[in-house]
Amino acid sequence: MTDNSHGDPDVMGTIAVWRALGDIADPELPAVSIVELGIARGVACTSNECVVTLTPTYTGCPAIRAIEADVRSALAKITNAPLRVVTLLTPPWSSDWIAPEAREELARYGVAPPARVVQWSDRSQPVIDCPNCGSSNTEELSRFGSTACKAQYRCRDCREPFEYVKAH
Amino acid sequence: MPKAGDTHSSTTGASLVEGEEPAHDKGDPKSLTRGPKPPLFDYLLRLGDNDLVLAQRLGEWVGKGPALEEDIASTNIGLDLLGQARLWLGYAAEIGNTTEDRLAYFRDSGEFRNLLIVEQPNGHYGDTIARQYFFDQWHALVLAELATSRDARVVAIAAKALTEVCYHLERSSGWVVRLGDGTDLSHTRMQAAVDAMWPYTGEMFAVDDIERTLIDARAAPDVQALHMPWIAAVRSVFSEAALAVPSDAWMHGAGNRGGKQGVHTEHLSHMLAEMQVLPRSHPDARW
Repeated sequence: MTDNSHGDPDVMGTIAVWRALGDIADPELPAVSIVELGIARGVACTSNECVVTLTPTYTGCPAIRAIEADVRSALAKITNAPLRVVTLLTPPWSSDWIAPEAREELARYGVAPPARVVQWSDRSQPVIDCPNCGSSNTEELSRFGSTACKAQYRCRDCREPFEYVKAH
Repeated sequence: MPKAGDTHSSTTGASLVEGEEPAHDKGDPKSLTRGPKPPLFDYLLRLGDNDLVLAQRLGEWVGKGPALEEDIASTNIGLDLLGQARLWLGYAAEIGNTTEDRLAYFRDSGEFRNLLIVEQPNGHYGDTIARQYFFDQWHALVLAELATSRDARVVAIAAKALTEVCYHLERSSGWVVRLGDGTDLSHTRMQAAVDAMWPYTGEMFAVDDIERTLIDARAAPDVQALHMPWIAAVRSVFSEAALAVPSDAWMHGAGNRGGKQGVHTEHLSHMLAEMQVLPRSHPDARW
């Protein structure tokens, strides 16, 4: 990240906070950070206050509390400014926000990344590639998985089951 | 789920610490909804209580689902609904000078504002699916309308919830078809299930003074106008499911004396007793 802040403390502080947020792994998908997932939405830091904006993925996702706690402990290490964590609902989180690099990391981790979200009226099932062997000969076992965001799939070629982050 | 011993209860318990201490007497549950409140408060309770009560009902399937995938599906959907309930009740709590936890755990059944249909017992899986499908079909229509409300917060919550509820509807309508157009046994049971649940559907389209006020303010949808698209969708799904749409019958909650007005069936207080026993036993507990 190019530092053209010319030493402005607020900008330096904001950059440092974004770096710290980028080191926070998602509790359920530790291969990717909350920044790469699009959960961490905004940072506004001055010497008086640091405001971090998060967007929850699914309304019932219990990980948002763990993420908030992780944000607080990470920022407490780099700034003394009082921290305010704001939860923003609008616009609603979409799996389209997941960064391209994160999609590759998810696949390497063994979880198939989400397809592009399509309009509700055109919900033909996307073809999901097996993160283990790369085959597209896969089938959905269940629309629901171990967390609200994932579904269960199986590869018909290598026979490995895997989870898929749903396009949402 | 808000159950005793649930390690995720810190998601709700934390707000007991973070929320403001309400001004009313802690021991008097009636004070949470009595006294002059804006119509929006009551309406938000209706939306939040639908989700909370149905989430609790779906949680009762944990470990008892007919197949592992369905156990997971029902509880995932319940989790979505619980998250949505927190958003609606959280907004209501701000208006009513209380906390979401006090609203969830310290109201008696007469103060709940959910539709009668969601408090009906689970029964067998066909009963659960019938209840779920009728509600999901209504829920998706209502949320789509609420996403155009004049209240920005309502829009934000509804838009977020709608993407999840569309999944719920896809699943429950799929199961209506599978069970209706299944074996002779599943068909018979499913027809009986939808027949039994039908008299609870009318209340979803009844408008009282509180909703009329919000409709005029363009904050809430006119659910009477949603009846025709709902029936059309039900007919379409039932046709595929080889099920007969029940003939019009007397509807529970008629005359605006239903769940939305706090007049509940005998089932709700039993469900609340189980749901609320832990915080009510230890009202001053802090996580």
